[in-house]
Amino acid sequence: MKESKKNLGSAKYGAHHWWHQRVTAVALTFLCIWLIISLTLLTGSSYDAAYNWLKHPLVTGLSILVVVFTIYHLSLGLQVIVEDYIHTEITKVITLMLINFSCLLLGLTCCLSILFVFFGGN
Amino acid sequence: MVEFTLPKNSKIKKGKKHPSKGVGKTNKNFKVYRWNPDDEKNPQLDTFEINLDDCGPMVLDALIKIKNEIDPTLTFRRSCREGVCGSCAMNIDGTNTLACTKSIEEVKGEVSIFPLPHMHVVKDLVTDMKKLYEQYASIKPWLQSNSTNPSKERSQSKQERAKLDGLWECILCACCSTSCPSYWWNPDRYLGPAVLLQAYRWIADSRDEKTGERLDNLEDPFRLYRCHTIMNCTSACPKGLNPAKAIAETKKLMHERR
Repeated sequence: MKESKKNLGSAKYGAHHWWHQRVTAVALTFLCIWLIISLTLLTGSSYDAAYNWLKHPLVTGLSILVVVFTIYHLSLGLQVIVEDYIHTEITKVITLMLINFSCLLLGLTCCLSILFVFFGGN
Repeated sequence: MVEFTLPKNSKIKKGKKHPSKGVGKTNKNFKVYRWNPDDEKNPQLDTFEINLDDCGPMVLDALIKIKNEIDPTLTFRRSCREGVCGSCAMNIDGTNTLACTKSIEEVKGEVSIFPLPHMHVVKDLVTDMKKLYEQYASIKPWLQSNSTNPSKERSQSKQERAKLDGLWECILCACCSTSCPSYWWNPDRYLGPAVLLQAYRWIADSRDEKTGERLDNLEDPFRLYRCHTIMNCTSACPKGLNPAKAIAETKKLMHERR
């Protein structure tokens, strides 16, 4: 065992991470089916038709859910990959911070864009 | 970072060839990994040609024949020769299994024999199991009870006993743990399928009264949750057990108690 971690006991953490990864995966299965069908139906429509589609409160809500769940699922998954393969503590911490900040920034940008359309921005 | 290639002094070189002395109609080549810590050479792959007419049916029989008749320096562990002790676990024909229960006939072409993957090699086919045994000890693999000792044996219903089937049969050969990529990358902190199956064997035991403490000890992003359901463990197990299911059951209990 890594000497520094050997006697520190269990982290008493992990169940939460594992469960959230599964919940977001199941939610995204349904949300992605909805998104793919909707975008397929919108193929060939005008800009205004797509704009009005996104403006509908239900579509706005579901789109925000797609973004939030995707970004959350992404950050959970990337965290696992980093923990699997990067063993230098400092590199690991910096990479995880960068991933979390990038995900937060990406999520906020997407959500604000959707809300911008919902509140009538053009 | 994880190393994806072998270090320079671990690269495997071509080894010696030992042709069969007799004229056998059913000769088969056995390519065996050799490494001696004392001669400072790289590991090598020796080829032994064996006359199968004059050899037992299992891979272990061939190894014993090689040791007895061709090269007495060939080093490997073996004991029961019937799949009970787990000593002769090694990588045969690309799969971790027991040499004593793997029949030579099953292998098409040459039989390649390597030590268990991603373990420190002590010599030839013998690997260092110290870390795995330390991990095994960490899960306290014995019955723990708060109540006073009963005057006779602790009874179990048939249904309670049935829950241990598929768990008690584990012989700790480490075929599963050493086939798991997640265990390869994090052997220091991930307990691996063999130890987690053993941990669940005590969690599932109706007579054990420390289930909560056992789960506490496992609840860790590395100890338990490095399992990514790859399932190599289940396909490798020479006893036909299902460590992946035992791990999934443990995860279910972790969720249940939240």
